[in-house]
Amino acid sequence: MELIYEKSVAGRKGVRLPASDVPKAKALPKKLLRSEAAGLPELSELDVVRHFTNLSRLNYSVDTNFYPLGSCTMKYNAKGLEAAANLFAPFHPMTALLPGGEKLTQGSLGLLFELGSLLAEITGMDEVTTQPLAGAHGEMTGMLLIAAYHRAKGNRKKYVIVPDSSHGTNPASAAMVGYEIVTIPTAPYGDMDLDAFKAALNDEVAAVMMTCPNTLGLFNPHIKEICDLAHGVDALVYYDGANLNAIMGKVRPGDVGFDVVHVNLHKTFGTPHGAGGPGSGPVGVKKGLIPFLPIPRIVRKLTGAYTVEHENPEGIGRTANFFGNFGVMAKAYAYILMMGKEGLIQVSEQAVLNANYIMSRLKDLYEVPYDQTCMHECVLSASRQLAHDVHAIDIAKFLIDQGFHPPTVYFPLIVKEAIMIEPTETESKATMDAFIDAMREAAELTEKDPDILKRAPVTTPISRLDETKAAREQNVCCQ
Amino acid sequence: MSYCPHTVDEQQSMLGTIGVASIADLFKPIPKKLRAKSFDLPAGMSEFEMLQKMTDLAASNAQGVIPFIGGGFYDHLIPTAVDHLSGRAEFYTAYTPYQPECSQGSLQALFEYQTAICRLTDMEASNASLYDGGTALAEAALMALRITGRNRLILDGSANPFYREVLKTYLANLEVEIIELSPLDGATNKPDCLAALDDTTAAVIVQNPTFFGGFTDLTDVAKAAHAKGALLITTVYPVSLGLLKSPGEMGADIVVGDGQSLGNPLSFGGPSFGFIATRKKYIRNLPGRIIGETVDREGRRGYVLTLQAREQHIKRHKATSNICSNQSLSALRGLIFLSLMGKQGLAELARLNYEKAEYAKAVLGSIREVTVLAGSPTFNEFTLSLPMRATKVVEKLLAKGIAAGVPLGLYYQDADNYLVVTVTEKRSRQEIDLLAKELESVLWS
Repeated sequence: MELIYEKSVAGRKGVRLPASDVPKAKALPKKLLRSEAAGLPELSELDVVRHFTNLSRLNYSVDTNFYPLGSCTMKYNAKGLEAAANLFAPFHPMTALLPGGEKLTQGSLGLLFELGSLLAEITGMDEVTTQPLAGAHGEMTGMLLIAAYHRAKGNRKKYVIVPDSSHGTNPASAAMVGYEIVTIPTAPYGDMDLDAFKAALNDEVAAVMMTCPNTLGLFNPHIKEICDLAHGVDALVYYDGANLNAIMGKVRPGDVGFDVVHVNLHKTFGTPHGAGGPGSGPVGVKKGLIPFLPIPRIVRKLTGAYTVEHENPEGIGRTANFFGNFGVMAKAYAYILMMGKEGLIQVSEQAVLNANYIMSRLKDLYEVPYDQTCMHECVLSASRQLAHDVHAIDIAKFLIDQGFHPPTVYFPLIVKEAIMIEPTETESKATMDAFIDAMREAAELTEKDPDILKRAPVTTPISRLDETKAAREQNVCCQ
Repeated sequence: MSYCPHTVDEQQSMLGTIGVASIADLFKPIPKKLRAKSFDLPAGMSEFEMLQKMTDLAASNAQGVIPFIGGGFYDHLIPTAVDHLSGRAEFYTAYTPYQPECSQGSLQALFEYQTAICRLTDMEASNASLYDGGTALAEAALMALRITGRNRLILDGSANPFYREVLKTYLANLEVEIIELSPLDGATNKPDCLAALDDTTAAVIVQNPTFFGGFTDLTDVAKAAHAKGALLITTVYPVSLGLLKSPGEMGADIVVGDGQSLGNPLSFGGPSFGFIATRKKYIRNLPGRIIGETVDREGRRGYVLTLQAREQHIKRHKATSNICSNQSLSALRGLIFLSLMGKQGLAELARLNYEKAEYAKAVLGSIREVTVLAGSPTFNEFTLSLPMRATKVVEKLLAKGIAAGVPLGLYYQDADNYLVVTVTEKRSRQEIDLLAKELESVLWS
């Protein structure tokens, strides 16, 4: 499709602005003005509407296709959530920060406080800050909190421990805060190697970052022991909430011994992914870390009114402009209201049921590197198909031709030719059966006619792209 | 209501396929002693009831407060088509476009977004968005530290105090020296900035227009920085670039800002998006996702995520940033907004902002003992000096439904009588006159 800039017609206008109702002002000195207008497209409103409507049709999305993307929790995004968030579109965040402004913003402040309280109960933590703008931003906030904790205690800490199955954001977030990373291998049973962990643990370890269930979809039965061992050297334990969708109402990180938790509202709490964002990554902490929470902090007074604390000399400061991605939080709050206690428990139960169903129907044709009951996602390997020179990527592209968004491939990095499937709780048996059929067909074609897989996809507007050329030429904006 | 579709029969059949008797069996890997000690949540509700509750909650905010406030978020008009197009489920319910063949819609749109940012700022390379203005400034600083291998930053004090706090929060645990300059009459403190520059400086960080509203040509600062081997980072207000000299023209090396003003609602502070653009030679140091153009097997043009070897999912702790999720949908809104405004529309919009603010300056500045800080020209924000504490004035006017401005005393020492007033194209002459009348009455009756 043509780029929007290629459709531009000099002199065409799309929007009529309100006429000025004030006198003409003295012009700014010429040296302060741009020498020529920015090269934005010149189009009618219909041109723009048709361009983006047609672009949208080139996408797969949850509303159009099954999207079993492991680690991403691509569940259905209920339409009521959009309506709920739109109710808050007109409110300026600065109002709440002005003297006398809190009483004019009780609805917004209350929503944030109540959401924080609900998330605290769901994760078993004592207080939640809603400021972090995404999961990785929550991780960084958590690492800053941990660093502040150690600084206040006079602890000299240098290292953060992560298992090799962790999301890349974990080591990256710890490194942003200045820590050195120690990576622990995964044992043959699929969890972090406990002996290697014990050997790596010492007084200089600031934190251990764990995802539980981990990225192999497995729940680590030694998780409490890991927390206890870490606490023994005054290291704190961080819970990456990416996989919280598996365990709501079953396990709470706070009960197990985790000190800091982030949750991904755009995964577990039903807010849309927006083709890459916005997300939201609220962070929950245990009591000992509350003094370090970022500002502004919302507090409920004894009267029931909500107030904003602007200063916290001990705290880590400010991690974002205002209160976080409020619109996303409004949707997550609406989601939790609708689900309620029983609904959230059912979410996790059905998510786990669906993942196990898919795994049990595919494990005769695909290698399951860690063959045990999984949680909300299962990790297969295309290692058997490799003998026919068929890779995970070929299977992924074949699935596109069958109308499915592919699962996550080549992650976790520790599994050769990984295919990571997370169906979520909102998919029907019929949809999953159709996906399973397509996966089984891919396995059969691997032996009979692998070329079909190698050529795929053929039903899309473009075929496989030359990624090397893109990286070499670095053409990242239209000339 | 949990949007789970299975009937009892389907569930039984699936359990049978798995070979377990019940759902509880699937949770056996979780030891009993680790089970939740509490899960005390309210019962669920229907969509209808939820919307009623949310409507009540929104109604408990004051309605119709007239905003003459900014602080990084601005009340601009948003054409209906922005909501409509960004509300296409094919955009908002898609994931990050890791599978390009079935994501060309998002990929091409984000490539077009990168182009819009480059053209607006007169830079050569943009990423596909960061979180917001403050975090984008922090990422720009980290980028400058990487590029120069130095660890000293000069930060102008007239930059948004929230952005400066975010920057300092990000860098708190790293060995970085931040020289923070005090603001000068609402404009960039050029003399102190030039004096502080030395050959250990990684970057000079300036907001333009400043938090006070002042705008200046930074060409000389860029030249002085480059002479010392340092970079110039500017954070800009994108709507102003419809009119004002661009950071690229001034010689900036990294340009960042918050994209809320481009088609994103105020929404109590988010989501918006951060943008970052730079010179092509620094592209490998950019944080976050970047879309690149390429061809498919048949030679047809297409778009992919590129230079991924900078990113956390490949490089882990050696990545240029930890960012994964960005603010794609908000950036898409920004692109749609800019496409609708177009070349002429954005220029007109910027001029309208400037003219309304100049009118407000004249009207407010004519009130007894109220003066406009005139250190430099301004765009759509300016600072007033009042004969009374600005917090007191703001509180009184808020009670009358007018958010009159941001009292500088909240964020600066010895600035208790200063008020920053924002006037966008949405403020009518009538509203401006009302502000003047009420301000005068608070001050003098």
